[in-house]
Amino acid sequence: MSVVVKPVGLGRVLLAVLRREISLGMRQKGEVLTPLVFFVVIASLFPLGVGPETALLLRMAPGVLWVSALLAAMLSLQRMFATDYADGSLEQMALSTTPLALLVLAKAMAHFLLAGLPLVLMAPVLGLQFGLDSRALGILMLSLLLGTPTLSLIGSIGAALTLGVRGAGVLLSLLILPLYIPVLIFGAGAVEADAAGLGIGGHLSLMVALLVLSLFFSPLATAAALRISLE
Amino acid sequence: MKTRVIHWFKFSSPQNFYYLAGKMWPWFAALAALLTLVGLWISFFVAPVDAQQGQGYRIIFVHVPASQMSMFIYLVMAGWAGFGLAFNTRLSGMMASALAPTGALFAFLSLVTGALWGKPMWGAWWVWDARLTSELILLFLYLGFLALQASIDDPRRADKACAILALVGAVNVPIIYFSVKWWNTLHQGASVSLKGSSMASTMLTGMLIMVVAFWMYTIAIALVRVRSIILDRERHTEWVKHAVA
Repeated sequence: MSVVVKPVGLGRVLLAVLRREISLGMRQKGEVLTPLVFFVVIASLFPLGVGPETALLLRMAPGVLWVSALLAAMLSLQRMFATDYADGSLEQMALSTTPLALLVLAKAMAHFLLAGLPLVLMAPVLGLQFGLDSRALGILMLSLLLGTPTLSLIGSIGAALTLGVRGAGVLLSLLILPLYIPVLIFGAGAVEADAAGLGIGGHLSLMVALLVLSLFFSPLATAAALRISLE
Repeated sequence: MKTRVIHWFKFSSPQNFYYLAGKMWPWFAALAALLTLVGLWISFFVAPVDAQQGQGYRIIFVHVPASQMSMFIYLVMAGWAGFGLAFNTRLSGMMASALAPTGALFAFLSLVTGALWGKPMWGAWWVWDARLTSELILLFLYLGFLALQASIDDPRRADKACAILALVGAVNVPIIYFSVKWWNTLHQGASVSLKGSSMASTMLTGMLIMVVAFWMYTIAIALVRVRSIILDRERHTEWVKHAVA
């Protein structure tokens, strides 16, 4: 007697993995809060380092906030696959009939919701400390909202490549940070362009282009990298 | 009619390639040495002094070939990496890892010579020019490749992981280049170009010879390095014991 397994729709699998990742993440409150605190601390160090002149801080604000957000988002990347790798559930995911790239996409989306979105919501508070006006704060949030998903997606490649490797943390940053440069340039550039009276359409379009590109390619690359790590 | 069939895939086995590379590298090395001597002689003694830049311009005879090779080696490396992933050949990964140190070296050399040239010409060791910045990022990509290679013990796994990294990097290189370029124009950075001065023909000849010399050097050193990688990875086999004995 054979058991007929009814195929489950890919969308439902995506939602199930997303829900699992978020509930796992929410149980470890520290994992969500630590990057956020890190973001605040890093951004607060810059005024202490360069001095409290308002004009200088205002000029630096978009870049400083973007670099801080980028480092904070990177902090939690390593955990994207590490716990599932340790308890063996990652192997089960790789063996399942659902494409691994889809599961990886769900994990990257969960990383964005848990690590990227809090940064987007925290950024305006820090922006106020640097003296940005409400218009600039809105653009900063918009650029972070478009940029942080790309960071999670590109980061997932690095997290998969460094899985179970010696000194994975530092290695991950060395591999991933150069690839983050375009996002940083256009993200911080959007805020600066608006401050200079130029349009921000170009910057935002390019950020969306980067997002679409990484949405398509990085789950494939990550899935390939995971299969190598699991060999 | 008699046709001769060449079995190209014969050389995709590390053992056969080891001997082939052993026959080839001295020729490339000799060519590299000869061309470097000729090229340097032309660049130091034959090429005229530049009207605007004086003697200082002569560093471009090393700088231009080095930066060209640093970019090209990354593409070749990514090509080998993609080939290795597609056909699962062992030699491809070895070639990619044999090329990486040379690429990183040329990227570094290009940055150093650029800085040495920039000090007298621009009055600064470093400017955030689009080309300088993207060369620096290229160096970071090479260092990431080498670091990943070094931190994975199993060579087959290291090859495959590095192959993915090289491919991801190759996709990103043009994106990084253009984003840095637009970032630079937006910031109104220092913009100095060599387009204004047309080069004398002896200068061009000297530079082309140096470019070819760097090519030969790269091929020779990659072959030598791939030979030692082959010996290292195949050290448990019989033929290596015979080859080394």
